[in-house]
Amino acid sequence: MPIVSMKVNGKEVSGEVEGRTLLVEFIREGLGLTGTHVGCDTSQCGACVVHVDGKAIKSCTALAVACEGAEVTTIEGLAKNGTLHPMQEAFRENHGLQCGFCTPGMIMAAIDLVNRKGKKLDEATVRHELEGNICRCTGYHNIVKAIQDGASRM
Amino acid sequence: MENFTYHRPHHATDAVKLMKAAKDGKFMSGGMTLLPAIKHGLASPSDIIDLGGLKHAGVAVSGSVVTIKAGTTHAAVADDAGLKKAIPGLSKLAGGIGDPHVRNCGTIGGSIANADPAADYPAAVVGLAATVHTDQRKIAGDKFFTGMFETALKPDEIITAVEFPMPKRSAYVKFPNPASLYAMVGVFVAELADGSVRVAVTGAGPSVFRVPDMEKALEKGFSPDSISGVTVKADDLNSDIHASSAYRAHLVNVLARRAVEQAK
Repeated sequence: MPIVSMKVNGKEVSGEVEGRTLLVEFIREGLGLTGTHVGCDTSQCGACVVHVDGKAIKSCTALAVACEGAEVTTIEGLAKNGTLHPMQEAFRENHGLQCGFCTPGMIMAAIDLVNRKGKKLDEATVRHELEGNICRCTGYHNIVKAIQDGASRM
Repeated sequence: MENFTYHRPHHATDAVKLMKAAKDGKFMSGGMTLLPAIKHGLASPSDIIDLGGLKHAGVAVSGSVVTIKAGTTHAAVADDAGLKKAIPGLSKLAGGIGDPHVRNCGTIGGSIANADPAADYPAAVVGLAATVHTDQRKIAGDKFFTGMFETALKPDEIITAVEFPMPKRSAYVKFPNPASLYAMVGVFVAELADGSVRVAVTGAGPSVFRVPDMEKALEKGFSPDSISGVTVKADDLNSDIHASSAYRAHLVNVLARRAVEQAK
């Protein structure tokens, strides 16, 4: 079986995978980082969003073996020395979550959005950019508020 | 998900060798369609030959032509400043494919090789009279799409780039399925450099098609009113839980008029 090596949240990791092993399976089952969720498993809901080489992707639709040498950031890699990332803090303060299942993907997508479009985000832009992230609690109002607030703190 | 052997060659010639040696090989670019298809059991290749290692990516605007290498992601196409000026309609099309995360992986070569009847790029390839470059030859956009998920590509042929001649003006308007964001109907309208007009429709039929009656009417007068009475027959159009063929036929006219209005 192939061995894959990558940097996850700043740490060099490697493990044995099959050709078909998905990145999200390697992250959750191989590395035990279960903050990244699998919702739809059909690349629609966005619960599995992580950053690969600085770009948000759906880790349920990426092969682990194809990420050889990549730098991956998951939700666990955001807080530094026990202090939440400003986007995580904004979700907490704005009640940007209800059941919390979609939250890791929402936060990873939100940070990617700020990286691409800057810290000043109007509501329409945030809603449009969230096309790839679904909240089954329909808690979008506060998610949008949290992202606008988090963006301004980043 | 069925298992397969994964390969990541760095040269097209090696990719072709691997394909020839594989029992039932599949080329993969961004994987945005192939991986879901394998998950659903719709495809079960023995080998996946990942073309990501070929590093075929980038947008080049030169003279009256825009060349997009096959491995360029939708996000990179949409963000390219030169393309925004040269062919804004194509730039907007790329920025409307799927969602931001899908656009970071999916590529133009993968999209057109897959030839999904509801994909966006086929409308631009035909609507702009593009040329598809492969490792073996050049294929005219009009001859490339041969049916539902069918193209003129041979099994071991690799798309290397797509060449788009710059039009005088163009626009793409789609009615996306709200869940999948694929086009229920999408219409690309372009007035080409020689003054001819193309209207290419995706999502509505088994494969992308042109609407000659609209093209003729728009060549006489490039305005939405010129085609308000030009309809397409619903008979051969797609019908599913999302839209009947009659509704799709109706959308073709509505979206074509909007595209003419937005063309720049």
